[in-house]
Amino acid sequence: MAGPLEQFEVKPIMTMVFEPLGLNMSFTNSALFMAVGVGIAAWLFKRGLEGASLVPTRLQSICEMLYEFVRGMVLDNVGKEGLRYLPAIMTLFLFILLGNLIGMIPGTFTYTSHIVVTLFMGVCVIIAVTVIGLARHGTHFLSLFAPSGVPMFIYPLLIPIEIVSYLIRPFSLAMRLAVNMTAGHIMLKTFGGFVIAMGIFGILPFLVAVGLIGLEIIIACLQAYVFAVLSCIYLNDAINLH
Amino acid sequence: MEIEAAKMIGAGLACIGLAGVGIGIGNVIATSIATFGRNPASQDKLQPIMFLGFALVEAIGLFALVVAFILLFG
Repeated sequence: MAGPLEQFEVKPIMTMVFEPLGLNMSFTNSALFMAVGVGIAAWLFKRGLEGASLVPTRLQSICEMLYEFVRGMVLDNVGKEGLRYLPAIMTLFLFILLGNLIGMIPGTFTYTSHIVVTLFMGVCVIIAVTVIGLARHGTHFLSLFAPSGVPMFIYPLLIPIEIVSYLIRPFSLAMRLAVNMTAGHIMLKTFGGFVIAMGIFGILPFLVAVGLIGLEIIIACLQAYVFAVLSCIYLNDAINLH
Repeated sequence: MEIEAAKMIGAGLACIGLAGVGIGIGNVIATSIATFGRNPASQDKLQPIMFLGFALVEAIGLFALVVAFILLFG
């Protein structure tokens, strides 16, 4: 019987190891579900917009709702200049949303539960935001760390705190998503174990597990939204310095 | 004391931080519900911010959980 932690193991499906350079480029279950997620997103938008009509069909309606939701979020948080970065935010949002939701299907692998995936996305966002800010404002970008309207003697204390809180953003973004997914799935597997272990009274943990799956689907959508909204807020910090 | 016992005790102590998270999330949701009750028109504008606030506070609780996991399984 497997424990609750076995679901997070990355297993190669097609082993491709190149010994001389020490490369392991196997096609893993994580990569498979990433490909499935990207495929679903691509298919959704291609098929939904094929015969685009003014009165939308069901699939077109889903695409339109997604697009308007993310576009409204970028407009609210960044302003009109942020619409240049809408494709990036949309990609981020859909990748995380589909990753979280695919993981809710029993037997699949949640690729957003691994810190390496989410940390890479978080670092990409912070590097992109910093480069955008530096390109737009030059050295004036560093005024982000020295908010105005503060008495002079607080600056030596405030500036290091601001810098540290800026540098911790990718880690907080990454850990929020990865640990939410990991903890949720561990809880589900633990309650699943209780169902089997309690025999006839297993109906009680079963009902709790049903409720938990509903909660986890809500958390999946919410975490995707939070990642995207925080990326928009950091982008706003860089584009419109405070 | 054995290292295994100390790890278990440390993991239990790390979970004390979750008390603050409970208070924080309760505060966010309670204030949101009170605001929606007083001013129903504000619900469309404030509900996304409520969800964002909930996720930010929950993240702190998950940081405490990560410490517990590192102690238990690291």
